[in-house]
Amino acid sequence: MVVSNVYLHSLSQFKIPTKANTSHYLSLSFLSPPTPVFSWKAMLHLTAGRVAGLLSRRGVAAFSSSGVKMASHGHGGVTEQTDMSVPLYWDRLDTPLPDRPYKDTLSAADKSLKQKEKGPWNSLSKEEKLALYRIMFNETYAEMKKPTGEWKTVFGGIFFFIGFTGLVVLWQRYYVYPPHPPTLDDEWQAMQVKRMLDMRVNPVEGFSAKWDYEKGQWK
Amino acid sequence: MISAAVLRGIGTLTRTRAAFTAPLAVRCYSHAKVETDEEFDSRWVTYFSKPDLDAWELRKGMNTLIGYDLVPEPKILDSALRACRRLDDLASAIRILEAIKDKSGPHKEIYPYVIQELGPTLQELGISTPEELGIDKV
Repeated sequence: MVVSNVYLHSLSQFKIPTKANTSHYLSLSFLSPPTPVFSWKAMLHLTAGRVAGLLSRRGVAAFSSSGVKMASHGHGGVTEQTDMSVPLYWDRLDTPLPDRPYKDTLSAADKSLKQKEKGPWNSLSKEEKLALYRIMFNETYAEMKKPTGEWKTVFGGIFFFIGFTGLVVLWQRYYVYPPHPPTLDDEWQAMQVKRMLDMRVNPVEGFSAKWDYEKGQWK
Repeated sequence: MISAAVLRGIGTLTRTRAAFTAPLAVRCYSHAKVETDEEFDSRWVTYFSKPDLDAWELRKGMNTLIGYDLVPEPKILDSALRACRRLDDLASAIRILEAIKDKSGPHKEIYPYVIQELGPTLQELGISTPEELGIDKV
């Protein structure tokens, strides 16, 4: 691997003073291109932070964790935007151990479980181990990787808009197009062809040359 | 104009071609020393073996290791799992195993091999695999 020995050697000796204090590690992984795990909610939290900064304090957007709700009538300037100055939690396939545990505030039961964790792990039951996992992490890898069914939304949207366009075109046909020209009717076309033949249009190699004048039919 | 630039470009190409047809043995590779696999492994084993490794360093090490284009050797993972034990962090230990399975990608034989190699350690430390806890399925 091309990681320099100096870097990792110093790493093992002492913490590298990062830009953000030694006790916080601000992971810049959120700046990298999207991974399979892409959360609209998280993105909305981030952009909301910036947008809310730009908007006046009155027209505030409050975001709840249950979904994407835009409330333009905020109450008294209360903003809920992600505080980017503290370590954040991310469910990412390429970052197995995020900067902080998922659950910050532990209930009494959780706290006692954490105490039990200090002892031998063989004495923990499966449920306790699962509970410990869920304290630390939000989604398991399997949950992170599960298919979203987003493709159904995409195709649904595509077909819907194609259908809508079809309706627009139909409306156009009746309300926008000029009246149907009579020159495109079959009988007009027949009279036109007869006139062209009578005029001997392109009689040598073209149009009238294909007409058999004796028999009165196409050659 | 486009054609003039192309012609000029072709001119430079033909001019410098003589230099490139010099002895084939001389390649323009870097002369830096390449670390062997064993050196890489032992470096990482040492990293996680630090007795007073703290949680940050564990996270940093693990995230960096997973960022590489490889699946870590069982001995590195053994060292990392023991570091989790020193930090009283069972959840991270299980997460590491999940990450290894994910890292193997389409090579389904890697993860069972790693679990097999780590078997004694997992028994000793009491770490359940994701399969045992049922979190390998949704």
